[in-house]
Amino acid sequence: MSEEFKVEIVNPEKSFLSKENVTEVVVPAFEGEMGILKDHISIISFLKPGIIKVYSKSEENKYFVEDGIVEFKDNNLSILTSSIYNMTDLDRNKIDQILKEAEKESSVDNIDDQKKYLIDQKIEVLKNLNLN
Amino acid sequence: MASLDDLKKRISSVKSTQKITKAMKMVAAAKLRRAQENAEKGRPYSEKMNNIILNLSSGISDKENAPKLLAGTGEEKTHLCVVMTSDRGLCGGFNTNIIKKAKQYFQKILKENKILKIITVGSKGYDQLKRQYKDNIIEKISFKDSKNINYFDADKVGKIIIDRFEKKEFDVCAIFYNQFKNVITQIPQEQQIIPLKSNEEKETDSKTSYEFEPEEDEILSNLLPKNISTQIFKAMLENSASEQGSRMSAMDNATRNAGEMVDKLTIQYNRSRQAAITKELIEIISGAESL
Repeated sequence: MSEEFKVEIVNPEKSFLSKENVTEVVVPAFEGEMGILKDHISIISFLKPGIIKVYSKSEENKYFVEDGIVEFKDNNLSILTSSIYNMTDLDRNKIDQILKEAEKESSVDNIDDQKKYLIDQKIEVLKNLNLN
Repeated sequence: MASLDDLKKRISSVKSTQKITKAMKMVAAAKLRRAQENAEKGRPYSEKMNNIILNLSSGISDKENAPKLLAGTGEEKTHLCVVMTSDRGLCGGFNTNIIKKAKQYFQKILKENKILKIITVGSKGYDQLKRQYKDNIIEKISFKDSKNINYFDADKVGKIIIDRFEKKEFDVCAIFYNQFKNVITQIPQEQQIIPLKSNEEKETDSKTSYEFEPEEDEILSNLLPKNISTQIFKAMLENSASEQGSRMSAMDNATRNAGEMVDKLTIQYNRSRQAAITKELIEIISGAESL
């Protein structure tokens, strides 16, 4: 029996990625990383900034997201996100640019806790990216 | 009767107008294709979003404590209307249709003695509404500078709306835009976004019970503001496709009318030229006869 299921990543402008033959997807869910395999129970969760890893038999792709919602149902995984980057498209300059924006945002005084948490997360993830 | 010279001038001026309208039609046609593609590409996102929210809200048992964005404030006193129009003119009845639809709604609200607040998106809407509803307009937004419609802009509008909602400035929010059906038909739409009202009350295909992480209401309160931006983005996409479609057919008509006018004027020009020649001949002949 095949271990593959379908994943679809959409952003507001277009359908970003649609793949039929993935074996595992790891998403940065709000309460920690979450790996999804075939026949996972139906779930809805939302994402914090981090890396989505999409595994199929032959390859492995990574994407950086800033936010989003995941829905898994009947072996269909949908990820809705407003900002997503393919890791291969991200170079140092781009990362630095996003990092700078995030740092500016987090330095605003009247920011609520949840927002602050999310932005700090983002900065941390980006900094780790910078290292490797 | 206009002189020959005048006619000539008019013909050439109509012709140059025709050239402009023709060019505008071509440009609109090219833009329309892109806008239509964008609108189609944007659909999955808003549909999925809608689906998830439907699933979520049907799962919520405690309606009393549901987020206000979903359930409303419990009152219906102040209405906020977001009227979305274009930034450019010369697109037929596009803007007028939206305004007409919006005005009907305004009158209904004012008749019921409710408070009306308006946000206009796009400068044409503001131009048309400022005369009658100047005091009701609380904000005008225009994206003249951004070339393409992007989610970022929509998000900005969404944030403004949510901000005002949290300050309890209004109870009900509706957006007005044109839905793109085809090049000739655009349907002005009125859509209520706060509190969320699902237009088609159809049950989701299967009642799947979901696992939620974190809790339902937390997801929901996170999702609802996003949904508002998404709905606005969808409206903007539909609007831009409609605008180009409407402009294309308007310019097509204008080109055709200009062509007809040129034909008519040319006939008139030829007739009066002929008349002038005939008149001159008669004068010569009758002069010769009298000798």
